[in-house]
Amino acid sequence: MYLTINGIEKSFVNEKKERVKVLDNINIEAEKGSFVSIVGPSGCGKSTLLYLIAGLDRPDAGDIRVAGQKVKKPGPERVVVFQEAGLFPWLTVLENVTYGLKLKKMSKAEAEAKALEVLKMVHLSRYVDSYPHQLSGGMKQRVAIARALVMEPDILLMDEPFSALDEQTRMVLHKELIEIWRKTKVTIFFITHNIREAVQLSEKVVVFATRPGKIKDIISVPSMKDGVMPDSVTLHTEQKVLSILQEEIEKVLKEEMGDDYSFKTGPVHRNDSGDMGSHI
Amino acid sequence: MIAVIWEVTSRLSSLPDFMFPGLLQVLDTLVNGIISGQITEAILKSIGRILLGFTIAIVIGLILGYFIWRYKLVEDTLGFVVTALQSIPSIVWFPLAIIWFGLNDFSILFIVTIGATWTMTVNATSGFKNVPQLYQRVAKTYGSSGFHFLRTVILPASVPQIISGLRIAWAFSWRALMAGELLGGGGGLGQLLEMGRSLGQMDLVISVMIIIAIIGTIVDNVVFSRLERNVQLKWGVSSR
Repeated sequence: MYLTINGIEKSFVNEKKERVKVLDNINIEAEKGSFVSIVGPSGCGKSTLLYLIAGLDRPDAGDIRVAGQKVKKPGPERVVVFQEAGLFPWLTVLENVTYGLKLKKMSKAEAEAKALEVLKMVHLSRYVDSYPHQLSGGMKQRVAIARALVMEPDILLMDEPFSALDEQTRMVLHKELIEIWRKTKVTIFFITHNIREAVQLSEKVVVFATRPGKIKDIISVPSMKDGVMPDSVTLHTEQKVLSILQEEIEKVLKEEMGDDYSFKTGPVHRNDSGDMGSHI
Repeated sequence: MIAVIWEVTSRLSSLPDFMFPGLLQVLDTLVNGIISGQITEAILKSIGRILLGFTIAIVIGLILGYFIWRYKLVEDTLGFVVTALQSIPSIVWFPLAIIWFGLNDFSILFIVTIGATWTMTVNATSGFKNVPQLYQRVAKTYGSSGFHFLRTVILPASVPQIISGLRIAWAFSWRALMAGELLGGGGGLGQLLEMGRSLGQMDLVISVMIIIAIIGTIVDNVVFSRLERNVQLKWGVSSR
């Protein structure tokens, strides 16, 4: 296996000095070139898991291997695309994209040539010399993706990269991400809270339970290598994921709003008294 | 308008000319002083001093700021001391400096430096501390660490705050310089003020005051404002 996450445990200490377990016995495997998504309610530790893979944080127990190498510290073979693009405002688009290449001691000319190639792939050739503040949210995220791709990473880690974008931009970027993924055959590990996004993009959806973060289920999405997948299939998978998540969502809401909240009581659901006797 | 009021009150006032000179007389002294080299020389001397002192202060401030930011222990100990020191006006150090170094150039340089150092330290520290976690994470995932990390992320990311630190530090050291020269002598604008006083030449004193104001304004408006604006433009922060 290309990416193996083995028995990961992680806890944090909260403001009340209590240890809170965020990740409990996480095991995930992914093949080279696959596209894996993690969905889960907010606060389920999915971002924490991503930081562990990136090496920005250390697990309490268990280990993570990428391409046979145990993850110990952050490195350019496992780059992250964050929710906010995180471009350096003091560098131009081109300088931002070549940042990592220069760290690899690549010559300036070579780095720039490579950066331009990738920027072309994300359709930003015209904005090479712009500064990040001159770009829209979607463009910034493209630059961030280009900056990550140019490193030719073993694995591309994406932490809710599109959640701050508007719907249209997100749709366009979904398409482009899929194209890039096919073209570069990079392994993508994608974190999101958007079920549709997860189902549309990935081959495998890992559904997280919350507090502590545990794997609730792993669902394979019917192959979409040919590019077209009927909406009904997507919808079906989506609903499957949603039904798994329902319980978790309720758990979070209850914790946040108190016990009087029930996700299932809504105008859609009929009152029991309405069909009295029909089960007899 | 102010010029007219000044000229008129000066003429009408009961004070003798040398105590309350008119505008024209002041301008006359000013121009003569510049031409004869008396004022020019003093300006160059003062500017030379402040540039040296200011540069030292910036370097020390940045280094101290780095250590306070980096090490918790230093923050708990030195960080507190710096805040305390910052509240001491730098001229207060002068008696001490005279005893340590004598009444010379070095004493003046000392208080100029010390006037700017603490402010610079405080600003550098908060600048470093406020570097968004996001930038640091990004840089780390691309394999940046150590000095490279400092140079390419921490320093540039704290530039806006460092510039405002520079501005305040400059104002402090400029004041310290004038006070130091006034008391310590050794040439410069401050001493020219003192000379004007002892010779009873208020026109000279006022000329020097004008020069001081002009230099202060130029530095603030031209140098620092421009720096600030450039950064704001580049970063796209608030465009006024």
